[in-house]
Amino acid sequence: MSTVPDYAPESKTAQDRKGAPLPTPTPAPGPKLRATNVNFFYGTFQALYDISLDMQEHLVTALIGPSGCGKSTFLRNLNRINDTVRNSRMEGKILLDNEDVREVDVTNLRRRVGMVFQRPNPFPKSIFENIAYGLKINGMAKRSEMRDKVERSLRRAALWDEVKDKLHESAYALSGGQQQRLCIARALAVNPEVLLLDEPCSALDPVSTAKIEELMLQLRSSCTVAIVTHNMQQAARVSDVTAFLLEGKLIECRPTAQLFTNPADPRTEAYITGRFG
Amino acid sequence: MERHFEQEFQDLQQRLLWMGSLSERAVHKAVHAVLEADEALAEAVLEEEPAINELQIEMDDRITRLLALQQPMAADLRLLIGASRINSDIERIGDQAVNIAQSATRILRHPQVKPYVDLPRMSGLAENMVRDSLNALVKRDVDLANSVMRQDDEVDRLRDQMFRELLTYMMENSAVVFPAFELVLVAKNLERIGDHATNIAEDVIYIVVGRDVRHPALDRR
Repeated sequence: MSTVPDYAPESKTAQDRKGAPLPTPTPAPGPKLRATNVNFFYGTFQALYDISLDMQEHLVTALIGPSGCGKSTFLRNLNRINDTVRNSRMEGKILLDNEDVREVDVTNLRRRVGMVFQRPNPFPKSIFENIAYGLKINGMAKRSEMRDKVERSLRRAALWDEVKDKLHESAYALSGGQQQRLCIARALAVNPEVLLLDEPCSALDPVSTAKIEELMLQLRSSCTVAIVTHNMQQAARVSDVTAFLLEGKLIECRPTAQLFTNPADPRTEAYITGRFG
Repeated sequence: MERHFEQEFQDLQQRLLWMGSLSERAVHKAVHAVLEADEALAEAVLEEEPAINELQIEMDDRITRLLALQQPMAADLRLLIGASRINSDIERIGDQAVNIAQSATRILRHPQVKPYVDLPRMSGLAENMVRDSLNALVKRDVDLANSVMRQDDEVDRLRDQMFRELLTYMMENSAVVFPAFELVLVAKNLERIGDHATNIAEDVIYIVVGRDVRHPALDRR
Protein backbone atom coordinates (compact mmCIF):
# COMPACT_ATOMS: atom_id res chain seq x y z
CA MET A 1 0.00 0.00 0.00
CA SER A 2 1.26 3.44 -0.82
CA THR A 3 2.24 5.56 2.14
CA VAL A 4 1.69 8.71 0.13
CA PRO A 5 -1.67 10.28 1.04
CA ASP A 6 -4.06 11.20 -1.76
CA TYR A 7 -3.78 14.88 -1.07
CA ALA A 8 0.01 14.96 -1.39
CA PRO A 9 1.16 16.98 -4.38
CA GLU A 10 2.59 15.04 -7.28
CA SER A 11 6.22 14.26 -6.96
CA LYS A 12 8.39 16.57 -9.01
CA THR A 13 11.65 14.68 -9.06
CA ALA A 14 14.11 15.09 -11.88
CA GLN A 15 13.00 11.71 -13.19
CA ASP A 16 9.40 12.90 -13.59
CA ARG A 17 10.45 15.92 -15.56
CA LYS A 18 12.64 13.97 -17.93
CA GLY A 19 11.91 14.83 -21.51
CA ALA A 20 10.09 18.02 -20.61
CA PRO A 21 11.47 20.96 -22.56
CA LEU A 22 13.83 23.14 -20.61
CA PRO A 23 12.66 26.71 -20.24
CA THR A 24 14.57 28.97 -22.57
CA PRO A 25 16.60 31.44 -20.56
CA THR A 26 15.44 34.99 -21.17
CA PRO A 27 18.36 37.33 -21.64
CA ALA A 28 18.62 40.02 -18.99
CA PRO A 29 17.36 43.22 -20.59
CA GLY A 30 19.90 45.98 -21.01
CA PRO A 31 19.28 49.26 -19.25
CA LYS A 32 16.78 51.64 -20.80
CA LEU A 33 19.20 54.48 -20.27
CA ARG A 34 22.92 54.11 -19.79
CA ALA A 35 25.22 57.00 -18.95
CA THR A 36 28.90 56.23 -19.33
CA ASN A 37 31.67 58.51 -18.05
CA VAL A 38 29.59 61.64 -18.44
CA ASN A 39 31.36 64.94 -17.83
CA PHE A 40 29.49 68.18 -18.27
CA PHE A 41 30.73 71.76 -18.43
CA TYR A 42 28.96 75.10 -18.24
CA GLY A 43 31.67 77.15 -19.93
CA THR A 44 34.75 76.42 -17.85
CA PHE A 45 32.79 75.21 -14.84
CA GLN A 46 32.62 71.45 -14.62
CA ALA A 47 29.22 70.41 -13.25
CA LEU A 48 29.44 66.63 -13.67
CA TYR A 49 32.43 64.38 -13.17
CA ASP A 50 32.66 61.00 -14.82
CA ILE A 51 29.15 59.81 -14.05
CA SER A 52 28.24 56.29 -15.07
CA LEU A 53 24.73 55.24 -14.22
CA ASP A 54 22.24 52.74 -15.62
CA MET A 55 18.50 53.19 -15.45
CA GLN A 56 16.59 49.96 -15.86
CA GLU A 57 13.34 49.79 -17.76
CA HIS A 58 10.15 50.00 -15.68
CA LEU A 59 11.96 51.20 -12.59
CA VAL A 60 11.83 54.55 -10.88
CA THR A 61 15.29 55.97 -10.29
CA ALA A 62 15.61 58.84 -7.82
CA LEU A 63 18.49 61.29 -7.93
CA ILE A 64 19.19 62.94 -4.61
CA GLY A 65 21.87 65.28 -3.34
CA PRO A 66 22.33 68.81 -2.02
CA SER A 67 21.59 71.86 -4.17
CA GLY A 68 24.11 72.35 -6.91
CA CYS A 69 25.31 68.73 -6.86
CA GLY A 70 24.45 68.28 -10.54
CA LYS A 71 21.38 66.09 -10.32
CA SER A 72 19.21 68.36 -12.48
CA THR A 73 22.10 68.90 -14.89
CA PHE A 74 22.43 65.15 -15.25
CA LEU A 75 18.70 64.73 -15.80
CA ARG A 76 18.69 67.48 -18.42
CA ASN A 77 21.42 65.71 -20.37
CA LEU A 78 19.25 62.65 -20.78
CA ASN A 79 16.93 64.37 -23.26
CA ARG A 80 19.47 66.99 -24.36
CA ILE A 81 17.61 69.96 -22.92
CA ASN A 82 21.09 71.14 -21.93
CA ASP A 83 21.95 71.51 -25.62
CA THR A 84 20.13 74.83 -25.47
CA VAL A 85 22.54 76.17 -22.82
CA ARG A 86 25.14 78.35 -24.47
CA ASN A 87 28.80 77.33 -24.01
CA SER A 88 27.86 74.01 -22.46
CA ARG A 89 29.60 70.82 -23.39
CA MET A 90 29.07 67.16 -22.58
CA GLU A 91 31.65 64.41 -22.73
CA GLY A 92 30.99 60.71 -22.42
CA LYS A 93 28.01 58.78 -23.68
CA ILE A 94 24.33 58.52 -22.93
CA LEU A 95 22.55 55.61 -24.55
CA LEU A 96 18.80 55.22 -24.91
CA ASP A 97 18.08 51.61 -25.85
CA ASN A 98 21.74 51.30 -26.83
CA GLU A 99 21.53 54.29 -29.16
CA ASP A 100 23.57 57.43 -28.53
CA VAL A 101 21.12 60.22 -27.68
CA ARG A 102 23.28 62.63 -29.67
CA GLU A 103 22.64 60.62 -32.78
CA VAL A 104 18.88 60.58 -32.36
CA ASP A 105 16.81 63.36 -33.93
CA VAL A 106 16.29 65.73 -31.02
CA THR A 107 12.54 66.17 -31.55
CA ASN A 108 12.10 62.44 -31.67
CA LEU A 109 14.32 62.06 -28.60
CA ARG A 110 12.23 64.48 -26.57
CA ARG A 111 9.04 62.72 -27.60
CA ARG A 112 10.52 59.46 -26.34
CA VAL A 113 12.00 61.07 -23.23
CA GLY A 114 9.41 63.40 -21.72
CA MET A 115 10.12 65.92 -19.01
CA VAL A 116 8.21 67.66 -16.24
CA PHE A 117 9.72 70.62 -14.41
CA GLN A 118 9.63 72.00 -10.91
CA ARG A 119 7.17 74.77 -11.73
CA PRO A 120 4.12 73.72 -13.70
CA ASN A 121 4.36 75.29 -17.16
CA PRO A 122 1.09 74.72 -18.99
CA PHE A 123 0.64 76.42 -22.37
CA PRO A 124 -1.57 79.51 -22.32
CA LYS A 125 -4.33 77.48 -23.87
CA SER A 126 -7.30 75.41 -22.77
CA ILE A 127 -6.85 72.23 -20.77
CA PHE A 128 -7.86 70.22 -23.84
CA GLU A 129 -5.42 72.04 -26.13
CA ASN A 130 -2.55 71.50 -23.71
CA ILE A 131 -2.86 67.77 -24.18
CA ALA A 132 -3.92 67.80 -27.81
CA TYR A 133 -0.97 69.95 -28.88
CA GLY A 134 1.69 67.25 -28.69
CA LEU A 135 -0.58 64.73 -30.35
CA LYS A 136 -1.26 67.12 -33.21
CA ILE A 137 2.30 68.13 -33.97
CA ASN A 138 3.41 64.53 -33.78
CA GLY A 139 0.54 63.44 -36.00
CA MET A 140 -0.43 60.94 -33.37
CA ALA A 141 -4.21 61.31 -33.45
CA LYS A 142 -6.92 61.92 -35.98
CA ARG A 143 -9.52 64.51 -35.12
CA SER A 144 -12.00 61.78 -34.27
CA GLU A 145 -9.58 60.08 -31.87
CA MET A 146 -8.39 63.24 -30.22
CA ARG A 147 -10.99 63.43 -27.48
CA ASP A 148 -10.40 59.82 -26.42
CA LYS A 149 -6.67 60.29 -26.32
CA VAL A 150 -6.93 63.48 -24.31
CA GLU A 151 -9.24 61.76 -21.86
CA ARG A 152 -6.89 58.80 -21.51
CA SER A 153 -3.90 61.02 -20.75
CA LEU A 154 -5.87 63.00 -18.20
CA ARG A 155 -7.06 59.80 -16.58
CA ARG A 156 -3.50 58.44 -16.39
CA ALA A 157 -2.45 61.63 -14.65
CA ALA A 158 -5.37 61.27 -12.19
CA LEU A 159 -6.79 64.61 -13.31
CA TRP A 160 -9.77 63.62 -15.45
CA ASP A 161 -12.45 63.66 -12.77
CA GLU A 162 -11.47 67.16 -11.70
CA VAL A 163 -11.42 68.73 -15.16
CA LYS A 164 -13.84 66.73 -17.32
CA ASP A 165 -16.51 69.45 -17.15
CA LYS A 166 -14.18 72.32 -17.99
CA LEU A 167 -11.87 70.99 -20.68
CA HIS A 168 -12.11 74.18 -22.71
CA GLU A 169 -11.30 76.53 -19.87
CA SER A 170 -7.82 77.99 -19.57
CA ALA A 171 -5.20 75.75 -18.01
CA TYR A 172 -4.18 78.74 -15.90
CA ALA A 173 -7.46 78.47 -14.02
CA LEU A 174 -6.28 75.22 -12.44
CA SER A 175 -4.58 74.97 -9.06
CA GLY A 176 -0.81 74.41 -8.90
CA GLY A 177 -1.21 70.70 -8.21
CA GLN A 178 -3.69 70.34 -11.05
CA GLN A 179 -1.42 72.28 -13.41
CA GLN A 180 1.45 69.96 -12.52
CA ARG A 181 -0.67 66.91 -13.23
CA LEU A 182 -1.75 68.56 -16.48
CA CYS A 183 1.90 68.88 -17.45
CA ILE A 184 2.39 65.21 -16.63
CA ALA A 185 -0.69 64.35 -18.69
CA ARG A 186 0.74 66.44 -21.54
CA ALA A 187 4.02 64.55 -21.32
CA LEU A 188 2.21 61.21 -21.19
CA ALA A 189 -0.01 61.99 -24.19
CA VAL A 190 2.77 61.25 -26.67
CA ASN A 191 3.56 57.90 -25.03
CA PRO A 192 7.08 58.61 -23.82
CA GLU A 193 9.30 55.66 -23.00
CA VAL A 194 11.08 57.61 -20.30
CA LEU A 195 9.71 60.34 -18.07
CA LEU A 196 12.10 62.77 -16.39
CA LEU A 197 10.72 64.63 -13.38
CA ASP A 198 12.71 67.53 -11.98
CA GLU A 199 11.41 68.30 -8.49
CA PRO A 200 7.82 67.78 -9.66
CA CYS A 201 6.25 68.19 -6.22
CA SER A 202 8.31 70.92 -4.62
CA ALA A 203 5.61 73.54 -5.13
CA LEU A 204 2.68 71.29 -4.25
CA ASP A 205 0.63 70.56 -1.15
CA PRO A 206 0.66 67.06 0.41
CA VAL A 207 -2.57 65.98 -1.29
CA SER A 208 -1.32 66.87 -4.77
CA THR A 209 2.06 65.37 -3.89
CA ALA A 210 0.41 62.11 -2.87
CA LYS A 211 -1.48 62.00 -6.18
CA ILE A 212 1.68 62.51 -8.18
CA GLU A 213 3.53 59.91 -6.17
CA GLU A 214 0.75 57.40 -6.79
CA LEU A 215 0.98 58.27 -10.45
CA MET A 216 4.71 57.60 -10.51
CA LEU A 217 4.18 54.16 -9.02
CA GLN A 218 1.55 53.39 -11.64
CA LEU A 219 3.71 54.71 -14.47
CA ARG A 220 6.30 52.04 -13.85
CA SER A 221 4.28 49.55 -15.87
CA SER A 222 4.55 51.65 -19.03
CA CYS A 223 7.52 53.96 -18.51
CA THR A 224 10.98 54.28 -17.10
CA VAL A 225 10.99 57.15 -14.64
CA ALA A 226 13.81 59.31 -13.31
CA ILE A 227 13.03 61.82 -10.60
CA VAL A 228 15.15 64.53 -9.05
CA THR A 229 13.97 65.38 -5.57
CA HIS A 230 15.10 67.15 -2.44
CA ASN A 231 12.51 65.29 -0.46
CA MET A 232 14.19 62.12 0.74
CA GLN A 233 10.99 60.64 2.09
CA GLN A 234 9.59 61.06 -1.39
CA ALA A 235 12.58 59.33 -2.97
CA ALA A 236 12.16 56.55 -0.41
CA ARG A 237 8.45 56.18 -1.13
CA VAL A 238 8.42 56.17 -4.92
CA SER A 239 11.76 54.96 -6.22
CA ASP A 240 13.25 51.52 -6.77
CA VAL A 241 16.81 52.74 -7.10
CA THR A 242 18.37 55.84 -5.59
CA ALA A 243 21.52 57.60 -6.73
CA PHE A 244 23.29 60.07 -4.45
CA LEU A 245 25.28 62.84 -6.12
CA LEU A 246 27.67 65.24 -4.44
CA GLU A 247 29.65 68.02 -6.06
CA GLY A 248 29.01 66.63 -9.51
CA LYS A 249 30.09 63.09 -8.66
CA LEU A 250 28.02 59.97 -8.27
CA ILE A 251 28.76 58.76 -4.75
CA GLU A 252 26.50 55.77 -4.51
CA CYS A 253 23.67 54.13 -6.44
CA ARG A 254 21.78 51.27 -4.80
CA PRO A 255 18.31 49.80 -4.32
CA THR A 256 16.36 52.46 -2.45
CA ALA A 257 15.59 50.38 0.64
CA GLN A 258 19.27 49.60 1.08
CA LEU A 259 20.45 53.14 0.53
CA PHE A 260 18.08 54.55 3.12
CA THR A 261 18.60 51.90 5.79
CA ASN A 262 22.26 51.08 5.35
CA PRO A 263 24.17 53.32 2.96
CA ALA A 264 27.66 52.19 2.02
CA ASP A 265 29.35 55.57 1.85
CA PRO A 266 29.72 57.80 4.94
CA ARG A 267 28.93 60.86 2.80
CA THR A 268 25.57 59.35 1.86
CA GLU A 269 24.94 58.57 5.52
CA ALA A 270 25.78 62.15 6.52
CA TYR A 271 23.48 63.56 3.87
CA ILE A 272 20.43 61.40 4.44
CA THR A 273 20.64 61.71 8.22
CA GLY A 274 20.82 65.48 7.92
CA ARG A 275 24.36 65.79 9.35
CA PHE A 276 25.84 67.05 6.15
CA GLY A 277 28.42 69.81 6.14
CA MET B 1 26.96 69.84 11.93
CA GLU B 2 25.36 68.59 15.12
CA ARG B 3 21.63 68.40 14.89
CA HIS B 4 19.16 69.26 17.61
CA PHE B 5 17.63 65.79 17.56
CA GLU B 6 20.95 64.19 18.41
CA GLN B 7 20.39 65.27 21.99
CA GLU B 8 17.05 63.47 21.90
CA PHE B 9 18.77 60.35 20.56
CA GLN B 10 21.28 60.61 23.42
CA ASP B 11 18.48 60.98 25.97
CA LEU B 12 16.68 58.01 24.47
CA GLN B 13 19.75 55.83 24.82
CA GLN B 14 20.39 57.03 28.38
CA ARG B 15 16.84 56.16 29.44
CA LEU B 16 17.15 52.76 27.76
CA LEU B 17 20.35 52.07 29.67
CA TRP B 18 18.76 53.17 32.94
CA MET B 19 15.86 50.82 32.27
CA GLY B 20 18.37 48.06 31.46
CA SER B 21 20.22 48.60 34.72
CA LEU B 22 16.94 48.40 36.68
CA SER B 23 16.13 45.07 35.04
CA GLU B 24 19.60 43.72 35.57
CA ARG B 25 19.46 44.70 39.26
CA ALA B 26 16.02 43.07 39.57
CA VAL B 27 17.43 39.79 38.25
CA HIS B 28 20.33 39.99 40.69
CA LYS B 29 18.04 40.65 43.65
CA ALA B 30 15.55 37.95 42.67
CA VAL B 31 18.21 35.25 42.41
CA HIS B 32 19.90 36.38 45.61
CA ALA B 33 16.55 36.16 47.39
CA VAL B 34 16.86 32.41 46.72
CA LEU B 35 20.59 32.10 47.36
CA GLU B 36 20.56 34.11 50.60
CA ALA B 37 17.07 33.06 51.70
CA ASP B 38 16.17 36.73 51.91
CA GLU B 39 12.49 37.35 51.29
CA ALA B 40 12.90 41.12 51.54
CA LEU B 41 14.95 41.04 48.32
CA ALA B 42 12.12 39.23 46.53
CA GLU B 43 9.62 41.80 47.74
CA ALA B 44 11.86 44.62 46.56
CA VAL B 45 11.82 43.13 43.05
CA LEU B 46 8.02 43.09 43.04
CA GLU B 47 7.91 46.68 44.25
CA GLU B 48 10.37 47.96 41.69
CA GLU B 49 8.90 46.29 38.62
CA PRO B 50 6.28 48.98 37.86
CA ALA B 51 9.12 51.48 37.33
CA ILE B 52 10.43 49.29 34.49
CA ASN B 53 6.96 49.04 32.96
CA GLU B 54 6.56 52.81 33.10
CA LEU B 55 9.89 53.22 31.37
CA GLN B 56 8.78 50.83 28.64
CA ILE B 57 5.77 53.03 27.87
CA GLU B 58 7.92 56.15 28.03
CA MET B 59 10.46 54.62 25.63
CA ASP B 60 7.74 53.62 23.19
CA ASP B 61 6.38 57.17 23.24
CA ARG B 62 9.81 58.67 22.66
CA ILE B 63 10.56 56.30 19.79
CA THR B 64 7.18 56.86 18.13
CA ARG B 65 7.61 60.62 18.43
CA LEU B 66 11.11 60.59 16.97
CA LEU B 67 10.02 58.36 14.09
CA ALA B 68 7.06 60.58 13.28
CA LEU B 69 8.73 63.95 13.70
CA GLN B 70 12.31 63.35 12.58
CA GLN B 71 11.67 60.68 9.95
CA PRO B 72 15.18 59.35 10.49
CA MET B 73 17.24 57.53 7.92
CA ALA B 74 20.17 55.12 7.89
CA ALA B 75 21.98 54.76 11.26
CA ASP B 76 19.38 56.94 13.01
CA LEU B 77 16.57 54.78 11.68
CA ARG B 78 18.36 51.60 12.72
CA LEU B 79 18.94 53.00 16.22
CA LEU B 80 15.22 53.68 16.70
CA ILE B 81 14.13 50.30 15.33
CA GLY B 82 16.78 48.58 17.45
CA ALA B 83 15.89 50.61 20.54
CA SER B 84 12.26 49.64 20.10
CA ARG B 85 13.16 45.94 20.09
CA ILE B 86 15.62 46.31 22.97
CA ASN B 87 12.92 48.10 24.95
CA SER B 88 10.68 45.01 24.72
CA ASP B 89 13.52 42.70 25.66
CA ILE B 90 14.48 44.72 28.73
CA GLU B 91 10.88 44.83 29.89
CA ARG B 92 10.65 41.04 29.49
CA ILE B 93 13.84 40.63 31.52
CA GLY B 94 12.07 42.60 34.27
CA ASP B 95 9.12 40.19 34.00
CA GLN B 96 11.43 37.18 34.30
CA ALA B 97 12.97 38.74 37.40
CA VAL B 98 9.49 39.02 38.90
CA ASN B 99 8.84 35.35 38.07
CA ILE B 100 12.07 34.40 39.83
CA ALA B 101 11.17 36.59 42.84
CA GLN B 102 7.76 34.89 43.09
CA SER B 103 9.41 31.48 42.91
CA ALA B 104 11.82 32.66 45.60
CA THR B 105 9.03 33.44 48.08
CA ARG B 106 7.60 29.95 47.50
CA ILE B 107 11.01 28.25 47.73
CA LEU B 108 11.72 29.96 51.04
CA ARG B 109 8.74 28.24 52.66
CA HIS B 110 10.65 24.94 52.36
CA PRO B 111 14.00 23.66 53.58
CA GLN B 112 16.82 24.07 51.04
CA VAL B 113 16.75 21.16 48.56
CA LYS B 114 20.48 21.11 47.86
CA PRO B 115 23.53 23.34 48.03
CA TYR B 116 23.33 25.93 45.27
CA VAL B 117 26.27 25.47 42.89
CA ASP B 118 25.03 25.90 39.33
CA LEU B 119 22.40 28.50 40.18
CA PRO B 120 24.83 31.30 41.14
CA ARG B 121 27.00 30.47 38.13
CA MET B 122 24.02 30.56 35.81
CA SER B 123 22.64 33.79 37.21
CA GLY B 124 26.11 35.38 37.13
CA LEU B 125 26.38 34.49 33.45
CA ALA B 126 22.89 35.70 32.59
CA GLU B 127 23.40 39.00 34.40
CA ASN B 128 26.74 39.39 32.69
CA MET B 129 25.11 38.83 29.31
CA VAL B 130 22.56 41.55 30.02
CA ARG B 131 25.31 43.93 31.15
CA ASP B 132 27.56 43.17 28.20
CA SER B 133 24.75 43.55 25.69
CA LEU B 134 23.98 47.02 27.04
CA ASN B 135 27.68 47.92 27.14
CA ALA B 136 27.90 46.80 23.51
CA LEU B 137 25.10 49.27 22.75
CA VAL B 138 26.91 52.11 24.51
CA LYS B 139 30.23 51.39 22.82
CA ARG B 140 28.71 50.30 19.49
CA ASP B 141 30.91 47.23 19.99
CA VAL B 142 30.12 44.39 17.58
CA ASP B 143 32.77 42.08 19.08
CA LEU B 144 31.26 42.42 22.54
CA ALA B 145 27.78 41.76 21.09
CA ASN B 146 29.11 38.61 19.42
CA SER B 147 30.62 37.44 22.71
CA VAL B 148 27.20 37.80 24.38
CA MET B 149 25.71 35.52 21.75
CA ARG B 150 28.39 32.93 22.40
CA GLN B 151 27.75 32.96 26.17
CA ASP B 152 24.16 31.89 25.59
CA ASP B 153 25.24 28.31 24.85
CA GLU B 154 26.81 28.04 28.29
CA VAL B 155 23.63 29.33 29.95
CA ASP B 156 21.59 26.74 28.04
CA ARG B 157 24.02 24.03 29.14
CA LEU B 158 23.72 25.03 32.79
CA ARG B 159 19.93 25.00 32.54
CA ASP B 160 20.00 21.42 31.19
CA GLN B 161 22.37 20.43 33.96
CA MET B 162 20.12 21.94 36.63
CA PHE B 163 17.05 20.24 35.13
CA ARG B 164 18.78 16.85 35.23
CA GLU B 165 20.03 17.26 38.74
CA LEU B 166 16.76 18.55 40.17
CA LEU B 167 14.90 15.73 38.46
CA THR B 168 17.02 13.16 40.32
CA TYR B 169 16.30 14.92 43.62
CA MET B 170 12.58 14.84 42.88
CA MET B 171 12.68 11.15 41.93
CA GLU B 172 14.54 10.25 45.09
CA ASN B 173 12.39 12.20 47.49
CA SER B 174 8.87 13.35 46.72
CA ALA B 175 8.97 15.72 49.70
CA VAL B 176 11.27 18.07 47.76
CA VAL B 177 9.15 18.16 44.61
CA PHE B 178 7.59 21.53 45.39
CA PRO B 179 10.78 23.59 46.01
CA ALA B 180 12.74 21.63 43.38
CA PHE B 181 10.07 22.36 40.81
CA GLU B 182 10.29 26.06 41.66
CA LEU B 183 14.05 25.85 41.16
CA VAL B 184 13.41 24.37 37.71
CA LEU B 185 11.29 27.43 36.97
CA VAL B 186 14.07 29.72 38.19
CA ALA B 187 16.53 28.01 35.86
CA LYS B 188 14.06 28.30 32.99
CA ASN B 189 13.59 32.03 33.66
CA LEU B 190 17.34 32.62 33.81
CA GLU B 191 17.75 30.84 30.50
CA ARG B 192 15.09 33.13 28.99
CA ILE B 193 16.95 36.15 30.35
CA GLY B 194 20.01 34.92 28.45
CA ASP B 195 17.84 34.72 25.32
CA HIS B 196 16.68 38.30 25.77
CA ALA B 197 20.28 39.46 26.22
CA THR B 198 21.12 37.60 23.00
CA ASN B 199 18.30 39.45 21.25
CA ILE B 200 19.70 42.75 22.51
CA ALA B 201 23.16 41.80 21.21
CA GLU B 202 21.64 40.97 17.81
CA ASP B 203 19.90 44.34 17.75
CA VAL B 204 23.18 46.06 18.62
CA ILE B 205 24.79 44.45 15.58
CA TYR B 206 21.86 45.63 13.46
CA ILE B 207 22.21 49.15 14.83
CA VAL B 208 25.96 49.31 14.27
CA VAL B 209 26.45 47.59 10.91
CA GLY B 210 22.92 47.18 9.54
CA ARG B 211 23.20 43.40 9.36
CA ASP B 212 20.35 41.21 10.60
CA VAL B 213 22.02 38.28 12.38
CA ARG B 214 18.88 36.77 13.84
CA HIS B 215 18.01 33.28 12.66
CA PRO B 216 21.17 32.60 10.66
CA ALA B 217 19.61 29.43 9.18
CA LEU B 218 17.27 31.59 7.11
CA ASP B 219 18.60 32.30 3.67
CA ARG B 220 18.56 36.06 3.31
CA ARG B 221 19.68 38.03 0.36
